[in-house]
Amino acid sequence: MRRQVPLVITFIVGAVLIIAAFIPHHPFGRLGENFSLYFDIIAVFAFLLGGGNLVRIHGGKFMRGIRSSIQEAKKGGGFWPLKFLVEFPFFAFGGLEDKRGRDWFFSLITLLGFFAMLYAGLFKVGNPDGWQGNVTNPEALFQEFYQSMFNPLQATMYALLAFFVASASYRAFRAKSPEATILLATAFVILLGRTPAGTYATDWLPQSLSFFHIPNLANWIMAVPNLAGQRAIMIGISLGVIAMSLRVILGVERTYLGADEK
Amino acid sequence: MSRRISRIIVFSLIFGGIACCVHSGAALAQSPDAAVRPPQNVRAIDTRGDEGGSITVMWDLSPDDYDGTAEAVTVIGYEIMRAESPGGPFASVGFASAGATRFADASTHDGTDYYYQVTASTSSGGPVSPVIGPVRSSPQWFNVNRANVFIIGIILSMSIIFYIASARRGKKLFIRRIAGLEAVQEAIGRATEMGRPILYIPGIQDMDDVQTVAGVTILGYVARTIAEYDTKIEVPTSRSIVMSTARETIKAAYIAAGRPDAYSDDAVHYVTDEQFGYVAAVDGIMVRDKPATCFYMGAFFAESLIMAETGNSIGAIQIAGTAMPAQLPFFVAACDYTLIGEELFAASAYLSNEPKQLGSLKGQDVGKSIAMLAIATGVILFTLHQVTRVQWFMDAGNWFKDLFLLN
Repeated sequence: MRRQVPLVITFIVGAVLIIAAFIPHHPFGRLGENFSLYFDIIAVFAFLLGGGNLVRIHGGKFMRGIRSSIQEAKKGGGFWPLKFLVEFPFFAFGGLEDKRGRDWFFSLITLLGFFAMLYAGLFKVGNPDGWQGNVTNPEALFQEFYQSMFNPLQATMYALLAFFVASASYRAFRAKSPEATILLATAFVILLGRTPAGTYATDWLPQSLSFFHIPNLANWIMAVPNLAGQRAIMIGISLGVIAMSLRVILGVERTYLGADEK
Repeated sequence: MSRRISRIIVFSLIFGGIACCVHSGAALAQSPDAAVRPPQNVRAIDTRGDEGGSITVMWDLSPDDYDGTAEAVTVIGYEIMRAESPGGPFASVGFASAGATRFADASTHDGTDYYYQVTASTSSGGPVSPVIGPVRSSPQWFNVNRANVFIIGIILSMSIIFYIASARRGKKLFIRRIAGLEAVQEAIGRATEMGRPILYIPGIQDMDDVQTVAGVTILGYVARTIAEYDTKIEVPTSRSIVMSTARETIKAAYIAAGRPDAYSDDAVHYVTDEQFGYVAAVDGIMVRDKPATCFYMGAFFAESLIMAETGNSIGAIQIAGTAMPAQLPFFVAACDYTLIGEELFAASAYLSNEPKQLGSLKGQDVGKSIAMLAIATGVILFTLHQVTRVQWFMDAGNWFKDLFLLN
C-alpha cells in the first residue's frame, strides 16, 4: 500500500501532464505551470527538513567533538582547560581519535553561519522598514552578510575552477593514444584560433586557402564536427528522458520510491 | 610622435563626422515618405494551438521595406493597429521591426470581434493597409504546432511499451556493454578492500529534474551492492527533497540486501542549496575522509570539474554520469568512467537486469533509427539541391527539417 499510492499518483500526474502538453485549452493549458508551483510549495516546507537535518548532524558532531576533546585533554592529569586551550588546533582540526567527533570546529562554523543568517533574515535585523521590510533591502543585516561574506566566498570557489581546468586539461591533452592525439591537435587549433596569435600565424595564407586560417579552422571545428557530436548526444538524451519517464510513469522503475516495509 | 598621433585622430574624427553628416543628409533627402507603399496582403487569424487570448496578424512586406542598403531605408517597421469596429477608433497594439511579416497580438478577449490595419512606419508616419476583420480569438483543444512531437512521441512510446511487453513474455534482448556500469562493482569492491567510504553525489538539482530521478535510481542499485559488501556510503545532498528520497532509496536497498541493521539515516545529509557552498562542503568531505570511490550521477553545472578534480587529486575511482552536454568534457577529463547522456538514463535498467526495464532500452533504438533515417534523408536532400540546384529538393529538405522542429 505504501508503494501503491505513490505509483497511482505518479501515473495520474504523469499522464495528465503529458496530455496537457498537447492541449492548450483550459483547464489543461496551465497545468504544467501549476504543478511546478505545487512542487515549489512542497520544496519550501522541505527546507525545514533540510535545515533540521543540518543542525542535527553538525550539532551532534560539535557536541561529540567537544566531549571527546575534553576527555583527551583530561588524559594524563594536569589542569585540563589549559591543556585544551594549548592544544586547541589539534583537538579542533582532525586530531581527535574519535572519528565521529573529528573536525568539530567546521561544524561549529557551519552552525554559527546558519543561525546568524537565520537570525538576520527571520527578524529582519537592521532593515529600515522593520518587519514589513523586504529581506533583500541593501541596508538589512541579511544583505550585508550576503554581499560581504557569502558572495566573496562563492566567487572564491568559482575562481578555483580556472586552476582545475588547467590541471584537467593537462591530463586530458596528453597524447597517449591516437584518439587523445586527435583531441590534443583539435584543442590546440581551437585554443590558437581564439587568440590573436592564431590570426597572425596564418595571415600570410592566400585568400584561396582561407579555410586553413586558424580562426576559420577553429570556427569550422566548433560549427561542424563539434555541433554534430553535441546534437547526437542531445538526441540520445531526449530519447533517454522519454524512456526513463515512461518507466517511471508506468511504474516499471520504482527504486526511488523506497521500501514497502516500515 | 604622440602629437602626430593625436593630430591623426582629430582629423579622422572631423572627416568621419563630415562624411556621416553628408551620408545621412543624402539618406534623408532620399526618404520619400509620401511614396512609401503599405504592407500587402494583410490577414489575421486566431493564433493556432494556443489557450486563446491571441490573434496573429500577417502581411507581405511593403515593397519599400528596408532591404539592407542604406539608400533604400524607408520603412523602419510595422505598427499593428486594432479596433472593435471597422470604422475605428484604431489603437496601436504593437510594433514589428522592418523585415518582420507577422505579429501575435496577445491581448485579445476570446469571442470579441476585432479589426486590424498595419501601418508601414517611416520617420514621419506612414501609409496604412486596408482594414481587415472581423477576427475572433478562441482556445484550442489541440496544439497543432506540436503535432509532429505528438506523432513521434506516440511511435516512441508504443515501441518502448512493445519491447517492455516482449521482454515480459521472455524474449531475449541484446543490450550493449556499458563500461562505466560494469566498473560499478569493481569500484565498490576497491572501497571495501581499502576500508574507505564511498561518496555519492546525485547532482545539484531537485527531484523535478529527470536527471536527479535517474541519479537516485542508480543510487538504489549502488547502495544494494554497498550493503552486501558492508561498506560505508556518504550522500551529501543539495536539496531537502532529494535527501528524503535518497534516504528511502538506500533504506530499501539495505532491506533488500538483508542488512536493515546496517542502515543509518546519517549516511544521507543535507548541505545547502547554494551551488558553491555545496561544492565547498563536498570538497571538504573528500579531502578529510578520502573516499575510495566517487559517483557523480545527475545534473551538474560549473561545479562538476571542481568536484571531479578534487576526487582525482585524492586518488579515488570516479564514475560520472550526466545529461548536461557542457559538463561532459569535464567529467571525461577528470573521471575514470563517464556515462554520456542517454547512458545515465539507461543505467538503472542496465544495473537492474530486469527484462521489462531492459525492454525500454530496446524501445529507444526505434527512436534512434527514426533519427538516423531522418538525418540521412535530410543530408541527401540538401546535398542533391546543392549539386542539381533543383528547388524541389530544397523544399522537401525544409519540410523534413520542419517535421522535427520543436514548437
